[in-house]
Amino acid sequence: MHSHSKKEWESETLGPLVRKHPERKENFFSESGIEQDPIFTPADLNSDEFDYHNNVGYPGEYPFVRGIKANMYRGRLWTMRQYSGFGSAEETNRRFHYLLEQGQTGLSVAFDLPTQIGYDSDHPLARGEVGNVGVPISHLGDMQILFKDIPLDKVSTSMTINTTASILLSLYIVVARNQGVSLDKINGTIQNDILKEYIARGTYDYPPKESMRLVLDTFRFCSEHVPRWNTISVSGYHMREAGATAPQELAFTFCNAIAYVQMAIDAGLNVDDFGSRISFFFAAHNNLLEEVSKFRAARRIWARIMKERFGATAPEAMTLRFHVQTAGATLTAQQPDNNTVRTTIQALAGLLGGTQSLHVNSRDEALGLPSKESAQLSLRTQQIIAYESGIADIVDPLGGSYYVEHLTNLIEKETLRYVRRIDDMGGAVAALEKGFQSREIHEAAFRHQKEVETGSRVVIGVNKYVSKEDMRISPSKVDKNFRQRQIERLVSVRKQRNFSVVKRHLARLEEAARTDDNVVPVIIEAVEDFCTLGEISDVFRKVFGQYMNQQGAFKG
Amino acid sequence: METAKPIRILVAKLGLDGHDRGAKIVTRALRDAGMEVIYTGIRQTVETIASVAVEEDVDAIGLSLLSGGHLEMVPEIIERLNLEDMGEVLIVVGGIIPPADHNALKELGVSAVFGPGTDTQAIVDFIKNRLYRSEKS
Repeated sequence: MHSHSKKEWESETLGPLVRKHPERKENFFSESGIEQDPIFTPADLNSDEFDYHNNVGYPGEYPFVRGIKANMYRGRLWTMRQYSGFGSAEETNRRFHYLLEQGQTGLSVAFDLPTQIGYDSDHPLARGEVGNVGVPISHLGDMQILFKDIPLDKVSTSMTINTTASILLSLYIVVARNQGVSLDKINGTIQNDILKEYIARGTYDYPPKESMRLVLDTFRFCSEHVPRWNTISVSGYHMREAGATAPQELAFTFCNAIAYVQMAIDAGLNVDDFGSRISFFFAAHNNLLEEVSKFRAARRIWARIMKERFGATAPEAMTLRFHVQTAGATLTAQQPDNNTVRTTIQALAGLLGGTQSLHVNSRDEALGLPSKESAQLSLRTQQIIAYESGIADIVDPLGGSYYVEHLTNLIEKETLRYVRRIDDMGGAVAALEKGFQSREIHEAAFRHQKEVETGSRVVIGVNKYVSKEDMRISPSKVDKNFRQRQIERLVSVRKQRNFSVVKRHLARLEEAARTDDNVVPVIIEAVEDFCTLGEISDVFRKVFGQYMNQQGAFKG
Repeated sequence: METAKPIRILVAKLGLDGHDRGAKIVTRALRDAGMEVIYTGIRQTVETIASVAVEEDVDAIGLSLLSGGHLEMVPEIIERLNLEDMGEVLIVVGGIIPPADHNALKELGVSAVFGPGTDTQAIVDFIKNRLYRSEKS
């Protein structure tokens, strides 16, 4: 038998086999629910009207499906950037030095929740939260300790900060200046993606419109003064963690990105100029080939949005630069060592998908904060892939696979369908105010949970091959004794300042917030004179108000 | 025997943490199991949760937190409930809770800790068993 088409092969060769020995499942679905044929052939690409020249092309060239740089990791490896920070600024600074000594190439700062939402460490709402999930930063003194002896002209720093991004950026700028580093030399990222906070992550504070204005102020300030700074990292990661499928992750992220770009264009910013400072952040899950296809599709979708929708002409403004973190939601508390295998597959997905930087989660994170040993294993995972697997030597090695090209097209199609739906609703902000994205995400999360509970989705150690609990792993414990010192330092900083200077800064800030003046230069002067994060946030809360819309709150 | 009066339960996100995937799924599973569920939404204070529990006269409270503040915030809730004469209410906790902390929570009066990977039916069964058993006794 020698079939001449997929159809013929299905009826002549596959059919008889399956009739004799039924397959493991009636239907095969990807992680995101896309039904999978047993095989893909050139015919599948033909039915997609596959056009290598126009739709795939070469790396470093539009539409960048195969990668944003011509030689990708052959030139420079990706940035190995492990997110870290908890306990005191001193302890986090020690952890940063340790990670840099271990060969990590960029820093990624985790802030505690009060810092992320705009409360000083001694605020009543900060009780029990200080230093738990990140480092507390209330004023310039804390920030100077955090970056002590770290040369800010040599290290790039990513900060997961949104509502208070303008304040943390200002603190970073002042620390750099005090080190004698000029603003054109500092390099890093603020997440600054407030819209996904309303949809999934939850550290918003002011209403969406007012928050967007703060984002715009940072865009404006950086495009003028901090040319190498990535002013936003539009993040699908947290929406995916909350349960979104791969196409939802892309669609909701790009709709948020469209809202930021439109706002910047409306404010008169040059799309080629600030477009090249936009970066992205996605999750990498276990379904290796679907994730690789997702990243390839994402590059094409973004390139086209920037070129066709917004009229960008600079290639840098069309390239999708992104960070990947392995999927926290796939980590299991049961048999935690299995998580090392999962994160390795996920890291491979990110790298075969052409990410610019990577964080690999630690095996113990379903139980608590990672131990030092687990965190080191995560970095070693990256290094082993980089130096031993060989995948860093070839650009987009999976490109041209019938399956991967087909799936890339499918994910693109499904993503664009969602983008159109949200466009029709009036864009990302209007949709999130109606709770659309968070409802879609919850539905997907609930489906996933049911599949795990009925066993139609296998999670090793959870619903299959379950074994007695293995509790050898002990996550890091935050030493809470530092809190007293943190608060004493804060109180003494407040006492030592010139109070009339502080009052003047805050009054000036209030005025800027009420008008169209850019708040960033005002914040920089304020933090230099030790106005605190909480005081600055209080001004915004007073002027902007607080957003109270509770997604999913429910009674019945 | 199922009693006529359905179980009333408050599901609450305690503290500043915004991770609500689990809380929303559990809320839905409890509702599907016939309970009357009040879900607070994210970022609730100890004070608010305790007062909602009193106002709504709930039989049980499910607290969710992934921020690591459980050993400080959960005792505060329990203390407040005791002051309000609600010391008998069943309390269960979910989220990222290090195994080493489970006993400490139980000693404070938490009946169960449900971490990642818990079957929602196990939560439903646990709550029903506990509440129906205490009704009978």
